[in-house]
Amino acid sequence: MTRENTLVTAQWVADNLNDPKVVLIEVDEDTTAYDKGHIEGAIKLDWTTDLQDQVRRDFVSKEQFEALLSSRGVANDDTVVLYGGNNNWFAAYAYWYFKLYGHQDVKLLDGGRKKWELDSRELTATLPSREATSYTAQEQDSSIRAFRDETVAAIGVKNLVDVRSPDEYAGRLLAPAHLPQEQAQRAGHVPTSINVPWSKAANDDGTFKSDDELREIYGAAGLDDTKETIALCRIGERSSHTWFVLKELLGHQSVKNYDGSWTEYGSLVGVPVALGDEPGEA
Amino acid sequence: MCGATEGGLSLDGIDVKKEAIVQGQVLRDGEPVGNAYVRLLDRTGEFTAEVPTSASGHFRFFAGDGEWTLRTLAPQADPVDNAVTAAVGSVAEVVVAI
Repeated sequence: MTRENTLVTAQWVADNLNDPKVVLIEVDEDTTAYDKGHIEGAIKLDWTTDLQDQVRRDFVSKEQFEALLSSRGVANDDTVVLYGGNNNWFAAYAYWYFKLYGHQDVKLLDGGRKKWELDSRELTATLPSREATSYTAQEQDSSIRAFRDETVAAIGVKNLVDVRSPDEYAGRLLAPAHLPQEQAQRAGHVPTSINVPWSKAANDDGTFKSDDELREIYGAAGLDDTKETIALCRIGERSSHTWFVLKELLGHQSVKNYDGSWTEYGSLVGVPVALGDEPGEA
Repeated sequence: MCGATEGGLSLDGIDVKKEAIVQGQVLRDGEPVGNAYVRLLDRTGEFTAEVPTSASGHFRFFAGDGEWTLRTLAPQADPVDNAVTAAVGSVAEVVVAI
C-alpha cells in the first residue's frame, strides 16, 4: 500500500462530498462529537457499541459486522473514508477493523476532524440517510491482529513497538493524560518493546509526516524492518495509528496490532513487566 | 457550561486528591474559543495528550507531578505555548489567550 491509495486530503473529501459511492464515516473517542457536528453526508460508527461485543471483551462477529454495515448503507464496493478526533486514533482503529474484515477500498482523511476544523471547513448536525445494503464481510485477517500469547512470545524476538506517551511507557502515567489516572492494571511496558509514541508520526495538525520523515523516525528508534512487528498501546487505538503508518504508508510486510494492549497485558498474572525509560531485558 | 464554577470547570465527581489536574479556558479577545485544540507536552516536549475545547472554551488534563507545556491550536491563530506545573492533589488553572 502507499499514501496514494490509503490517504485522502481534506480538499479531496470536499470535492467528493456528493459521490454516492464514497461513504464518509466519523469514529471518535468522544462518541458525542458527531452529534454536535460532522462533515456533510458522514455517518457515525460508535466504537463502544457498534464495534465491540457488548458482553465479552472482543470485536463484533463477522455476521454482526455485516448487519451493521448493511443497516448503515455501506456496500462492499463503496470507497470508505474514515475520519475522527484525537488525530484519527479511532478512525485508524476503524480502518484496521475494516481491513480485518476484508473491506477493499478504505482510506483515512489525513489529519481527521482536527485538520478539517483548523481549515475552518463546514460541519453540519443534519443526519444523512443511506439505503440499506447487503454487505458481505470476509473472515478476520489474522495476519494483522496479535493476541496476548503471541505478544509474550515476541519478547526479545520480534519488534514490539509501544506507541504510548513516554510517561505511560515508563510507568509514570497509567492512561493518556486526558483521562483519569486511577486504573486497574499495573504500570510499565512489555520488556524489549521500544517506545515510539504514535505522535512522532503526525504533525501538530494531525496529518501524517512524509514517508522519508517516517522512515527516519522508526529507523532511528531501532525498528528492524526485516523482522515481524507488533504494535501496542493501552487499548489498541493509538497502535492502529502506528500500524497504519508501518503497514499502509511504509509497506512493512508483517505488522500486527495488539488490540488487547496494555489494559490486557498489564492485568495478566505472571508476565514480565519493565519499568522506566529503557526497553529492559528479555 | 452546566456546573461551571468561578475560575474554571466543575470538579464534581473527580477525586482531586488522586489526580494532578491541569485545566483552563481558551480565550480570543476575552471570548471563549470552542473549536480550539489543546495539546499537553511533557518536560521533553513530547506529546502526551490532546483535547478539543468545550463550547465554553474549557479543557482539562489529568497529568502527573512536574513541568508541562500546553500548546493550543485554533483556526486562524498561531500556536500558543503556556508552561504549567502540575502536582497530585491540586488543580492548575491556565487561561490561554490566542
